[in-house]
Amino acid sequence: MEPMTVLNWAIDGLLALLLLWLAARALASPELMESVVLFVGFGLTLAMVWVRLAAPDIALAEAAIGAGLTGALLLAALARLPRGARETDRDEGARGRLGELLLMLLLAGLWGGLALAILSLPLESSGLAEWVAGALDETGVGSPVTAVLLDLRGYDTLLEMVVLLLVLVGVWSLSKVNARPDRQAGTMLDRLTRLYAPVMLIIAGYLLWAGSSAAGGAFQAGAVLGAAGVVLILSGWRLPTALVGWPLRLLLAMGVLLFLVVGAIPLGLGAAWLDHPAAWSGTLILLIEIAASLSIGATLALLFLGAQPEEDQP
Amino acid sequence: MTILDLVSAVLLLVGGGFFLAGTVGLLRFPDVYTRLHALTKADNLGLGLVVAGLCMQAESWAVIGKLVLIWLLVLIASSFACHLVARAALHRRIPPWSR
Repeated sequence: MEPMTVLNWAIDGLLALLLLWLAARALASPELMESVVLFVGFGLTLAMVWVRLAAPDIALAEAAIGAGLTGALLLAALARLPRGARETDRDEGARGRLGELLLMLLLAGLWGGLALAILSLPLESSGLAEWVAGALDETGVGSPVTAVLLDLRGYDTLLEMVVLLLVLVGVWSLSKVNARPDRQAGTMLDRLTRLYAPVMLIIAGYLLWAGSSAAGGAFQAGAVLGAAGVVLILSGWRLPTALVGWPLRLLLAMGVLLFLVVGAIPLGLGAAWLDHPAAWSGTLILLIEIAASLSIGATLALLFLGAQPEEDQP
Repeated sequence: MTILDLVSAVLLLVGGGFFLAGTVGLLRFPDVYTRLHALTKADNLGLGLVVAGLCMQAESWAVIGKLVLIWLLVLIASSFACHLVARAALHRRIPPWSR
């Protein structure tokens, strides 16, 4: 074997083993804090694996949402737990062990099914790549991933955004939080935020723009905006209460609303729902993506806040 | 192997050394403040050297620009994270380590 092939195998093998080890440690660790940190490490390693598999879009999403924002959400949830509940109770008696056994059997069955499904696939297959490449001209975007997400399989993406919105509705219905920060930012943080927030906006815009021809897109840009929101919340910034009412709700729902409206236009032209007219497809997709990334960013940041911000008392 | 390759390799290795030292510091230092100190050195200087090493191998100026941009962004992010962690630690009255 060539030395480079050996090196590639070594790196891939190391990543795969690391992934398994991190997953096992995250599940087995008695301390929840340790589990969360291991989970974030797991997400970052998984992002590396996606890079090795030449899937930069998924790698970006995994690193930003899977590891970064989910990790931040888990840490925020952990901070709300009472101290005694931060360790998992391992000793659950005979019934617990029976449940674990059942769970293991079910998981083994699932794993066996997946393994069978993978083994039954043909070894050499072009998949749907050729078909997507053939339809790329109709969608008006250059990146096959964006074309699939927002045009060819737009319904899936729409539902994903609805799910995200529903999650926030659930969180908001549970508790409220005072919109005023509990501590002041301080000079250093204040300056840093003023430097940082515009830069994050530019990066989100770049990711969004790059999404039409390369890796990137609404979810990645939204994740960057969400991360910026998390940092702003952490350093003590809050929305002015005047903006907390309907302007915020409009921002949150904008992505789904625009997707629905644009999806309904072809109905009037005699085409199917979500079947964007080929002539404007590229522009429409860009519009949807801008709205979607703003909505996704706001939703993710507000999920981190973990409660509905209180509106102005009339 | 050209001179450029050699310089690039040296920069990458020294950068890797900083990451190693930062990781050892993170594991071995006594409290949260000193650990942050070790960690940010790896982020700032280690990544800077790695980026400089990679720039030597870059094919175009656009790639070099992107690499330097990545370094600058990590600098901002790491100073932010460091400051937030240290502030949270002070807020909880974790005393700085002293001999």
